[in-house]
Amino acid sequence: MSLDFNSPEFEVIRDEKKCIQCQVCVRQCSNKVHLYDEEDNVVRADDIKCVNCHRCVVLCPTKALVMKKYPLEFKENANWTAAALKEIYKQSQTGGVLLSSMGNPKPFPIYWDKMLLNASQVTNPSIDPLREPMETKVMIGRKPEKLEFDAKGKLVTNVPPQVELSIPIMFSAMSYGSISRNAHESLARAATELGICYNTGEGGLNRDFYKYGKNTIVQVASGRFGVHKEYLNAGAAIEIKIGQGAKPGIGGHLPGKKVGEDVSATRMIPVGSDAISPAPHHDIYSIEDLRQLIFSLKEVTDYKKPVFVKIAAVHNSAAIASGIVRAGADAIVIDGFRGGTGAAPTRVRDNVGIPIELALAAIDQRLREEEIRNEVSLIIAGSIRNSADIVKAVALGADAVYIGSAAVIALGCHLCRSCSTGKCNWGIATQEPELVKRLNPDIMYRRLVNLVSAWNHEIQELLGGMGINAIDSLRGNRLMLRGIDLNEKELEILGIKYAGE
Amino acid sequence: MKKIYAFESECLGCRLCEVYCKTAHSKSKDIIKAHKQENITSAIIIEEILQPKAVSYFALQCRHCASPKCVKACISGAMHKDEKGIVHNDKKRCVSCMSCVLVCPFGAVKKSSDGKAVSKCDLCMDYGKSLCVENCPNNAIKLLNEDEAEVLK
Repeated sequence: MSLDFNSPEFEVIRDEKKCIQCQVCVRQCSNKVHLYDEEDNVVRADDIKCVNCHRCVVLCPTKALVMKKYPLEFKENANWTAAALKEIYKQSQTGGVLLSSMGNPKPFPIYWDKMLLNASQVTNPSIDPLREPMETKVMIGRKPEKLEFDAKGKLVTNVPPQVELSIPIMFSAMSYGSISRNAHESLARAATELGICYNTGEGGLNRDFYKYGKNTIVQVASGRFGVHKEYLNAGAAIEIKIGQGAKPGIGGHLPGKKVGEDVSATRMIPVGSDAISPAPHHDIYSIEDLRQLIFSLKEVTDYKKPVFVKIAAVHNSAAIASGIVRAGADAIVIDGFRGGTGAAPTRVRDNVGIPIELALAAIDQRLREEEIRNEVSLIIAGSIRNSADIVKAVALGADAVYIGSAAVIALGCHLCRSCSTGKCNWGIATQEPELVKRLNPDIMYRRLVNLVSAWNHEIQELLGGMGINAIDSLRGNRLMLRGIDLNEKELEILGIKYAGE
Repeated sequence: MKKIYAFESECLGCRLCEVYCKTAHSKSKDIIKAHKQENITSAIIIEEILQPKAVSYFALQCRHCASPKCVKACISGAMHKDEKGIVHNDKKRCVSCMSCVLVCPFGAVKKSSDGKAVSKCDLCMDYGKSLCVENCPNNAIKLLNEDEAEVLK
C-alpha cells in the first residue's frame, strides 16, 4: 500500500529556548519519537509515533516538552467525527479488529458523580477520626445466618472462611504477563504492608511471590494458566474469573512475544507461545457447572479458602448473582464497563456491559429481597477513582472494592492506553527488561501504600462526618446517599432519594 | 565517609545524572545556562554495555580510593585527599599535565572541555547534596558508606 491515511494524534512541542539537547527524551522513548540530529545539534520528533505517555515530559530536566492534540482538523461533522474517520482509515489499512487498552473512555454518565453523601448536623454528632476510634476493617466471605454460643459464651457456630482486609480496598487482577514482574512485586509488597490483598490475575503465581501468599488472591480463569494445587493453596482466597468489565463475553490473548522464560514457567506454557484464554470456561455452561468448579476448588483447599466469582456487569447481573450465591460462592466480584484492560477489542470495550453503580445497586437489592445477602460478600471493580467513590459504593451495598487503573496510575501510568503494544514506557505493561527496570519496586510499592493510606484517611473522614464509626455500619445504608441530575428510573434502580427529599 | 555508588540493576541509562553533574559544576548553577553557555565535563559518565539480552549501563565516577593514584601522580599538588577522605582537584593549582587522567585505574578523571584542568567527582561539596543522587529518577545512584554499599551489592 502506497498511501498511509493515518495522521498523528499528538504534536510534540519542544521549546528550543529550554532544550539543552541532553537527549534524555531520545533515550527514554520506547516508541522512538525523539531523534537527535548531530549535524544541527537539535532534537527532533516524529509526531506520528507519539502515544502521549508523558515519560519524556516528566523526565525532561528543563521541562522543555509539551504534547498537544495534533491540530489537523477535518471538515466539521457531528456524525463523522475525526475519531470515526481515523478508525476507518486504520481498519481499511490493516483489515483487523481495533484493539484498545484501559477502560471505556466514552462520555457515558458517571453515577458516582451524581450521588451525594450525607453529614451529621446538630441532631447527631459527627466523629473526628483523629481523636476517636474509626474502623475500616472488613471481612470478606460468607456470613452465617446467626451466631450461637455455648453456656460459657464460646462460639459454637462454624464460621466459613473469611479474608480480613484492614481497608476495604484490594488491587485488581492484573496478570504477570500483562504487567511486569516489578509491577507485580510492587502490588504484592504494598498489599502486604497495608494488610489488604492483590490479585494474581490469570497468569499464575511466580514462586518468588509465594511469600506474599497471605495477601494474595489467586485467580482461576478460562485459560487455567498456572493453576495447580500448590498455587490454589498459596493465596488467601481463590477467584474464578468468568468475565471482565472491559470485555464482557470475550476471552484474553497474551501475545507470544510477552511470554518470556519467567512468564512461561509461571503460566506453564511454552516460551513464545500465545496465551489464549477462551471466552467461556469450557466446563461451565450453567450455575450447576459453576457449583462444581467452586466445590472442586474448595475441596482442593480443604474448605479453608473463600472462593470468589468474578463477573462483568451485564444486563441480567442481579439474577446471575443470585445463581452464583446459590452455587456456593463466598464473594461475588462485579466488574463494571469502565474497568481497565491490557487489551480489548475497541467495539466490545466501548459498547458492552453496564455501569457498575447500577449493577451493584440491583444486585444488592436482589440478594436482600431473596434473603441471601449475608451468604456472600460483594466486591466491585471498574473504575474506582477516589475514596468518595468507595464510600458511595459501600453505601450502595459493596463490602470492598478492587482498584486496578488507580493502582497502575500510582505506579506511573499516564493512561496513554497503549498497553497492548508491550512498549510501556513506565515499565508497567511490558516484559522488555530495559523497560521493566524503569519501575523500581522499592520506590513504587511505597507510592501504592501512600495512595491507599491516603484514601483510608479520607474514608474515615467521610464516615466520621456522617456520624458513623465503622465502615460495616455504612454498608447498604442508602439513606446516606442522595441523587442529583438523575431521572426517576435511575433513582429507583439505585434505591436512593433525590437531593432535598 | 560516604561516596557515590551507582547500581547497574537500577540504572536506566537516561543520563540525567550527567545533566545535573554539569549543572552542579557550572558557574551559573542554572541548568539551561550551564548547557547552553558553559562548556562543562560531567564527572559521572554512563557507559553502555551490550549484554546478550539487553543493554546494561555502567556508571563511571570517582571511587575516592583509599590510596589514590591520581594524588600520587599529581605534579603540582592540586589533586589531594582532604581530611574527610574526599579526593578533589584544586583548579587553581592544576597545571593540566593530565598525569592523573593517565593513572586513574577507573578512567574517572577527565580532561575538562576547556582543557585547562581536570574534572572529577567532588560529591558536590559546594552544594551540600549530590545532585546526581538527588535527581536520579530510579534511585540508582546513592550516597552511602562503604558497609552500607556492601549490603546492597
